[in-house]
Amino acid sequence: MIISIPKESYKGEKRVALTPDSAKHIQKLGHSLRIEAGAGKAAEFSDAEYKEAGVEVVKGEAIWADTDIIMKVRGVTEEESTKIAAGTTLISFFWPAQNEEFMAKLAEAKINVIAMDSVPRLSRSQKMDALSSMANIGGYRAIVEASNQFGRFFTGQVTAAGKVPPAKVMVIGAGVAGLAAIGAAKSMGAIVRAFDTRLEAKEQVESLGAEFLELEFEEDGSGEGGYAKTMSKEFIDAEMAMFREQCKEIDIIVTTALIPGRPAPELITKDMVESMKSGSVIVDLAAEQGGNCKLSKADKIVTHKGVKIIGYTDLPSRLATQSSQLYSTNLRHMLTDLTPEKDGVININMEDEVIRGATVAFEGEVTWPAPAPKLSAAPAKPKEAPKAPEPAPEMSNATKAKMTFGAMGAALLALLGVGSVAPPDFMSHFTVFVLACFVGYQVIWSVTASLHTPLMSVTNAISGIIVVGAILQISSDSGLVQFLAFIAILIASINIAGGFLVTQRMLKMFSK
Amino acid sequence: MSMGTISAAYIAAAILFILSLSGLSNQESSKRGNWYGIIGMAIAVWATIMNESVDSYGWLILAAVIGGTIGARLAAKVEMTQMPELIAILHSFVGMAAVLVGFSSYFDPAAGLYGAAATIHSVEVYLGILIGAVTFTGSVVAFGKLNGKIGSKPLMLPMRHQLNIGMVVLWVLIGWWFLSVGHDGGTLPLVLMTLIAFAFGVHMVMAIGGADMPVVISMLNSYSGWAAAATGFMLSNDLLIVVGALVGSSGAILSYIMCRAMNRNFVSVIMGGFGTASSSDDDDAEQGEAVAIQADEVAQLMGDASKVVIVPGYGMAVANAQHAVSDLTKQLRDKGVDVQFAIHPVAGRMPGHMNVLLAEANVPYDIVLEMDEINDDLGEVDVVVVIGANDIVNPAALENPNSPIAGMPVLEVWNAKTVIVSKRSMATGYAGVENPLFFKENTRMLFGDAKDSVDAIKSGL
Repeated sequence: MIISIPKESYKGEKRVALTPDSAKHIQKLGHSLRIEAGAGKAAEFSDAEYKEAGVEVVKGEAIWADTDIIMKVRGVTEEESTKIAAGTTLISFFWPAQNEEFMAKLAEAKINVIAMDSVPRLSRSQKMDALSSMANIGGYRAIVEASNQFGRFFTGQVTAAGKVPPAKVMVIGAGVAGLAAIGAAKSMGAIVRAFDTRLEAKEQVESLGAEFLELEFEEDGSGEGGYAKTMSKEFIDAEMAMFREQCKEIDIIVTTALIPGRPAPELITKDMVESMKSGSVIVDLAAEQGGNCKLSKADKIVTHKGVKIIGYTDLPSRLATQSSQLYSTNLRHMLTDLTPEKDGVININMEDEVIRGATVAFEGEVTWPAPAPKLSAAPAKPKEAPKAPEPAPEMSNATKAKMTFGAMGAALLALLGVGSVAPPDFMSHFTVFVLACFVGYQVIWSVTASLHTPLMSVTNAISGIIVVGAILQISSDSGLVQFLAFIAILIASINIAGGFLVTQRMLKMFSK
Repeated sequence: MSMGTISAAYIAAAILFILSLSGLSNQESSKRGNWYGIIGMAIAVWATIMNESVDSYGWLILAAVIGGTIGARLAAKVEMTQMPELIAILHSFVGMAAVLVGFSSYFDPAAGLYGAAATIHSVEVYLGILIGAVTFTGSVVAFGKLNGKIGSKPLMLPMRHQLNIGMVVLWVLIGWWFLSVGHDGGTLPLVLMTLIAFAFGVHMVMAIGGADMPVVISMLNSYSGWAAAATGFMLSNDLLIVVGALVGSSGAILSYIMCRAMNRNFVSVIMGGFGTASSSDDDDAEQGEAVAIQADEVAQLMGDASKVVIVPGYGMAVANAQHAVSDLTKQLRDKGVDVQFAIHPVAGRMPGHMNVLLAEANVPYDIVLEMDEINDDLGEVDVVVVIGANDIVNPAALENPNSPIAGMPVLEVWNAKTVIVSKRSMATGYAGVENPLFFKENTRMLFGDAKDSVDAIKSGL
């Protein structure tokens, strides 16, 4: 099928839905690709590179016509949607909850919409989870923007010109973006503290080397799909008190707290901002949804009493090359799932949980919201620990001792029984035999497991000692006995020579 | 030479044999141990030849030279991957020699044995031949199975347990007959018993499958020892008894270690037919999706890792991949990656099989670790590469009490950050059990022949 990638029309949007690299992969699925001239320019992908990757470069409006699939980063505008023919599939971010009316319009126009932001969070769908890809970039870029506005080093140094203390960074919300921010700040040398209402985040935070701020409060904020849920009032009060305390010493705050489908919770109040040192920076990643900080304004830097509050909502776009690469890889994986036969024909299989979840308009119907996926990415309840196999009924020490004594007693009786009938000659051999068994038992247990094969070959060689018996017999008067003994010597010699030599060969190979 | 000197020589030989085995307790002393064995054998044979009653030197030397030459050629030419076969065939020689010496001893009775002494001698002859015969055919069949000449699938005759019991009963009856007819008419029962013992040996090993071979080999090792000990009793030769007992207990302990490593009891292994009685549980039918990976990605993973553990299995031996694995290890170590090997006791077809293969490929033995040494540390490992192993890394052994391999100690590779499984296909292992490891989130499957895969990783580094 023909896939077209129009240029992003949103102001300031630098990302592009296709990179030359992913184009090669998508073509392997049997699709043919077209891209609007200059679509990749802002993300540093030239038309020539696309051409080289086998993508047809189309100028102007023609990109919207005669196509089966349209791939974009941001959703289409109303004006653009009129150019899309019925039966076309649109794959992009869409935010169906905020755009219900528009979604209905598209459905009416028989346009199928696959919203990359609605991909359910399953372990299988991680590879097409564009929200996580973008959140990761956003978190990283938040630290870059913060350091750009911050007047000091992140890392502490002792220089000839004096001691520089490290910057203190607090990250609120340890989701994908929060963790990326923690990682970036940590690798720049800052002291990082993080908070999240979901207790499961603690381990992830600590694995990045940051400190997890804990409330003395029993409540887990894990909601469905790995997101957080709204917390109780008491919890929020305790949380705010802690933030207020932290603000006094923290230099940089990154807030990433979002609850799906609701305005962002207000976590940093005006008085908290005022309590911060002059020159401090707040990066509010939730600015688009109203902001975690009272004072933040979307797409602007606000300075309030010396504290800079960054409210950029286009952080992924500011790292356009990287985010285009990740996003187009997410799209490629989506197309791979949509094209199971690799024959260039997409199949919107509504039985498939991932495709079903992402498809918000299909064949004239609005299909959003999808029924909840069966599995959540982070299970709400800790799974019951797998039961260990039932241990064999352990014998008590007393019974064990009894059994040992019993066995020893029986062995003693058996020995006495043999001794009472057997001639003394036999008994002396028997003594040797029993003692040799014990010596063997002691010696063999000390053999290291890695030398078990040489052990077998050397025991093979020494069991060739049976040759001694045959040597004694070969001088017999009976021809038959002589013949049998001859054969016996022959094969026992094979054992002796073969066994020792092969052991020698093996042992030589063991070297440090 | 007087009997006293001969006895003294025998004592010296016995001590040297014990030293030889105890020398194997570590790699440094093992070479010296082997020399003790050789010296002990030389003393024993020399003392025996010096015995006044021995005078057929011509035949003796001829047999020894022919046998020695064959043995030396075998030892020099054998591939390390074929070691289990060589060991098996050497067991069969001991068994056959015991049978031959037993018959000779019967036809050439030491003069003047009466009463209990004569009966005991007859019992010794009977038992010596019996054990020798079972060892002989059992080992020949084991050789065939290891060699691929005989299919490694267990042979399931109907009523096989009854068949075995029937043969044991026959032995007892024939033994009674043998003892009651006295010396002159005993040839027929003795031959009859030997034939039954041959059949028993064949049947016993035929019923045991490929991956139980480590147990079978060690068991036959043990039998060959007991056969030598029985021969010692019949010839009233203490040196034979000592050596037989040493070898017998060595094999018995190895069998025990192997059984413990598979969490199976010895009797059930010998009874043969693994996994037939276990219930297959349907709830595990849907396991999930295995994720494949390409060799160059593996190379990148391994190159970036700081700690890599390689778990080899029989598949590595089959593909003859040990040299490639060794080269890969060298390359990684040169890059500063910490590489170790984890060996499960029953990996391969013989106790210690993997160690020998890795040693052959010049992998230093101090980075080759046993399961117990490394299992707890696997959580800190970045990449575990499983090459041609299956059941020994199966988490079902610990997690699923209904699994046929439940309770078997396994290498807990899934605790590592990433597990790469190199395998030819998704087929189940010997135990026929699905391996949930393949469907774990941190597992990637590298399909293909082990050697090709490892070569591809090498070129990707």
